[in-house]
Amino acid sequence: MSQLPLRAQLASALGRTAATLSRATGRGDGSVIGGRVGLMLEPDLLRQLAADRRLALVSATNGKTTTTRLIASALRQLGEVATNAFGANMPAGHVSALSSAKDAPYAVLEVDEKYLPEVLDTTRAGVVCLMNLSRDQMDRAAEIWLLAQKWRRALAAQQTLVIANCDDPLVAWAASGSSRVSWVAAGQRWREDSWCCPECGGPLDRKGADWACRECAFRRPTPSWVLDGEDVIDPRGQRWRLDLRLPGQANRANAAIALATVAAFGLEPGHALLGLREVTSVAGRYTTVERDGRSLRLLLAKNPAGWLEAFDVADPSLPIILSVNAQGPDGRDTSWLWDVDYRILRGRPVLVTGERRRDLALRLYVAGVPFQLCDSFGQAVAVLPPGRIDVIANYTAFQQIRTEFGRAE
Amino acid sequence: MTSHIRLVWIYPDLLSTYGDQGNVLVLEQRARARGLSVETVHVRSSDPVPEQGDIYLIGGGEDRPQILGAERLRKDGGLHRAVARGAALLAVCAGYQIMGSVFGGEEGQPVSGIGLLDISSARGERRAVGELAAEVDPALGVPTLTGFENHMGVTRLGPGVRPLSRTIIGTGNGDGTEGCYAGKVIGTYLHGPALARNPALADLLLAWTVGPLAPIDDTWYQRLREERLAAVIPG
Ligand SMILES: [Zn+2]
Repeated sequence: MSQLPLRAQLASALGRTAATLSRATGRGDGSVIGGRVGLMLEPDLLRQLAADRRLALVSATNGKTTTTRLIASALRQLGEVATNAFGANMPAGHVSALSSAKDAPYAVLEVDEKYLPEVLDTTRAGVVCLMNLSRDQMDRAAEIWLLAQKWRRALAAQQTLVIANCDDPLVAWAASGSSRVSWVAAGQRWREDSWCCPECGGPLDRKGADWACRECAFRRPTPSWVLDGEDVIDPRGQRWRLDLRLPGQANRANAAIALATVAAFGLEPGHALLGLREVTSVAGRYTTVERDGRSLRLLLAKNPAGWLEAFDVADPSLPIILSVNAQGPDGRDTSWLWDVDYRILRGRPVLVTGERRRDLALRLYVAGVPFQLCDSFGQAVAVLPPGRIDVIANYTAFQQIRTEFGRAE
Repeated sequence: MTSHIRLVWIYPDLLSTYGDQGNVLVLEQRARARGLSVETVHVRSSDPVPEQGDIYLIGGGEDRPQILGAERLRKDGGLHRAVARGAALLAVCAGYQIMGSVFGGEEGQPVSGIGLLDISSARGERRAVGELAAEVDPALGVPTLTGFENHMGVTRLGPGVRPLSRTIIGTGNGDGTEGCYAGKVIGTYLHGPALARNPALADLLLAWTVGPLAPIDDTWYQRLREERLAAVIPG
């Protein structure tokens, strides 16, 4: 990386200074502002910073932050890894991540779904991981059929190795634009966005994990990696027990993708797993915080598929606090609440809070789930007796709770 | 009159992108709260639309699914026969546009609708995204509409329909009106769970089917309505 042109070196250094200043003045972690300054001074900075590194891009609707973390943790056994650990997943964040680890031979970048074509085109990353696509914050996010089409075109234009989840038909369709794909059967819990064939619009017939279009030749590709319960089966047929410290099926799926990805970097599952098992929480997700004798486990759910994943992790024997906001990063439209099946919560004490708690209250009322409405998160905690409590919150609601607890990770 | 209601949800596999299931759930809940029995059929786009339903629902979706949905409904003909028989229909967002003679496709090209409403739609310049509030045609006896819109459509109403409402906030059809109705067919740009924030509209559809309805506990619906209307209507 020392061959970076002078202009890029300067841009990168000034960007880092801006990031440091931003942190010092308490304006956040600085990763976005630093990258913006760098890109302003040298628009070609991202390409130059990415050149000569072994780079993996990670994109999906859900799980990209966690999967990025898992891959980085495994790759560290091979050498230094540049990564956007704060989830700043657009080009400014990528520039910042790469310039703060100038000499790292490896890089893993989480990429916002909409930016993937642009970032792939700029960086010509060697590996791209794609896990899932589902409805998400429709008031500002791209529509997902359209997004899958853009991914497909971008991948077709590159020689990149694609690590893709063959259980998600939209992802499989996007990835099959590429001539080099390593398919991973990582599962698909949320199916409401894939009843129709992305190729021809015909009905997809499903039988167990398998799926095929009734009207054209598009069908589930044969996986070389398979997630089977608690295990991953590698392309040689060897079975690896995951034993992750992160909970839930969704994280096992993320780990399966991570294992296939680092294998492309030459890291065997046996070694890779040592790194994967070091990850205990990601940006506060799955963290337990304590208050007045109550242990609150924090789960983030940003969209309907994310809520299904959170329900999978939540303990049915515990009370649960749900907090929903609708600020910009959450999507200002709460319609998605009606896509989530809340009936699984019947029988647990359910407390409802957040800025859009009345939307959630009506949703639960119609679903026949008894609940108690609370004006604040603190009130919800106080209502419950000491002991363990699960918390599911969407993006800004989650950040508010973390801020209240001092962001301890 | 009947004490049994048949709901038909059209093409949830293509057109249910924005919580459209909410309209089905709200109708079910409000019918059952009045002691009516409810049977709901989810019709996938590969299956025929049954003709014997009482209330039909169709929701929103992306451009390609919208075009596919229109093609299949036209070929199938079941919805036309149901509406001709006197069934009620709530068509939302992309589903609303489909009911007209024409709508704008992914590149803005005109795509034929199915002609159940005298409207024609085209792709507008800008996406209309945000809260919407509108005063409903007094003939319908429904209070202020509240909801969220997210579309690029501009819809012109023909003489065969009446505007559903006049906008206070938001874009709607693009000419100061929002949605339309004719007979027992209602179309609206209020996407997703429009009935959750407008329970009176749900009751209108139910009353068209079974006659006058008894009042029910509306607390949670009203609390949400009050909050949303206060948040978007100035002063
Ligand atoms: Zn097909």
